[in-house]
Amino acid sequence: MNIAYSTELICFLILSSVIVSGSLAVVLLENIVYSAFILGGVFMAVAGLYLLLNASFVAAAQILVYVGAVNVLILFAIMLVNNKEKLKPIEGLKTRKLISGGVCGGLLILLLRVSITTKWNLPGPSSIGEEATERIGEHLFTDYLLPFELASILLLMAMIGAIVLARRDVLISIDDINDLKNQKSLSDKKIPLLSEKSLK
Amino acid sequence: MNSGIDLEMSFTQGVQNLGLSQELAHLLWIPLPMLLVLVSAVIGVLVTVWLERKISAAAQQRIGPEYAGALGILQPMADGLKLLVKEDIIPARADSVLFTVGPILVLVPVILSWLIVPFGQNLLISNVGIGIFLWIALSSIQPIGLLMSGYSSNNKYSLLGGLRAAAQSISYEIPLALAVLAIVMMSNSLSTVDIVEQQNTAGFLSWNIWRQPVGFIIFWICALAECERLPFDLPEAEEELVAGYQTEYAGMKFALFYLAGYINLVLSALLVSVLYLGGWGFPISIDWFSSLIGLSIDNPLVQIIAASIGIVMTILKAYLLVFLAILLRWTTPRVRIDQLLDLGWKFLLPISLVNLLVTASLKLAFPMTFGG
Repeated sequence: MNIAYSTELICFLILSSVIVSGSLAVVLLENIVYSAFILGGVFMAVAGLYLLLNASFVAAAQILVYVGAVNVLILFAIMLVNNKEKLKPIEGLKTRKLISGGVCGGLLILLLRVSITTKWNLPGPSSIGEEATERIGEHLFTDYLLPFELASILLLMAMIGAIVLARRDVLISIDDINDLKNQKSLSDKKIPLLSEKSLK
Repeated sequence: MNSGIDLEMSFTQGVQNLGLSQELAHLLWIPLPMLLVLVSAVIGVLVTVWLERKISAAAQQRIGPEYAGALGILQPMADGLKLLVKEDIIPARADSVLFTVGPILVLVPVILSWLIVPFGQNLLISNVGIGIFLWIALSSIQPIGLLMSGYSSNNKYSLLGGLRAAAQSISYEIPLALAVLAIVMMSNSLSTVDIVEQQNTAGFLSWNIWRQPVGFIIFWICALAECERLPFDLPEAEEELVAGYQTEYAGMKFALFYLAGYINLVLSALLVSVLYLGGWGFPISIDWFSSLIGLSIDNPLVQIIAASIGIVMTILKAYLLVFLAILLRWTTPRVRIDQLLDLGWKFLLPISLVNLLVTASLKLAFPMTFGG
């Protein structure tokens, strides 16, 4: 066992333990802000795994997209609506937790069985390393062009939807906005999202 | 350039002669360039702080620091020492874990980004293939640290400052990445070494600034916004938010924010010089110089001269840009938050998209000058 191999093994063990314990913490912690921050840590550990697999471009993309965009967005959402009101106790929370725990445990057992019984092709295909960026670009613009374009249309739709929802001035008359003390009564009044004016 | 001086080879051989294995020698070598770059980054910060004090004093017709060392050159050291020995205060109602991790998350990605800054052909820590993309990815971690410290301070000004900082750095990252993409398209590579080499084919005429003037301006504005320098220092706008996300910080934790800000400024200036101003390139070609004095390019003396010229050129260009940034800070007023977001989303983003499109079409039309 040479130094390079043992370093890789140690890194793998550390990263996977961080991923497993981190994801458990994301799900189990009571404080939602902690969960969001730990989620960022888990994403970074996954990027570390990609690095270990010699996929540096994928690792950087993982950090850029998941840590830099998705996780920051989640944090923003939490911090903008983080009012300290107590949630109403839900009926039968214990049974619900037991059921979801059972489903997750079953999934884990299923996946473990699959990973043990599958005949893995060892050693796997050799990594192409630095060339990966070019290859990904090539695939995106040839055989994966349709999924790529479909994904971009989906994102465009989501963006337009977000803009329509966020432009409240078009949707509700100003009197209504002045009338409403907070967002909650806005939803109580059941004002239609798209008024007649905005549809013209 | 495989011949000439190879410090790594001679170091590992020297260590092996002492009776250690090759792998162990390699392990011993790895931290050395990192330490060197870390030290130079910190020294760069000290110089920048001194420059900031002196230039701001000149801009306001004051003298500035002058008692600590000649011309006050030791003043930044005194500042650092003061911050080092100050009491480390964690507010009673603050979240102490997040409060401590926040500044670290702000500083570490900035320092990691120095991995890709080249001071010469082989004078960088690692010539990673994804080069400049790594920097963009790493700088997207910073907003999390800012949000963390803003939230954990349990102070409304801090939270507002943190949210503002994160919003700002996310919005300006997009035009920044698009400006970099135009450069990458022209040089057909993400690696910083390739980007510089492609600019040094015909002296300073082949610098990217002539082919990407719009991209250069976009990149510079976005870099200033990412560093939270005036006119974009809204996250810590004194008269509105006390000091933004760093309001509750004191001592060394505050110093970490301070360091991160200045290291980021120097790093941005270095990257502007790498991407647009030809990096280590000297207006006169080294080959021509070596043939003039009749020595081969692999001659140790020529190599040392070439390397020193490269380092001096990189640092000179970077510090000219730092000077510009400091001058901008003390001469321009701060923009409002709505103006900031308007500038980012309604002006810089469309312009950078157009810039990318024009670059792509020019590349197709004139493959000779725009890197086919």
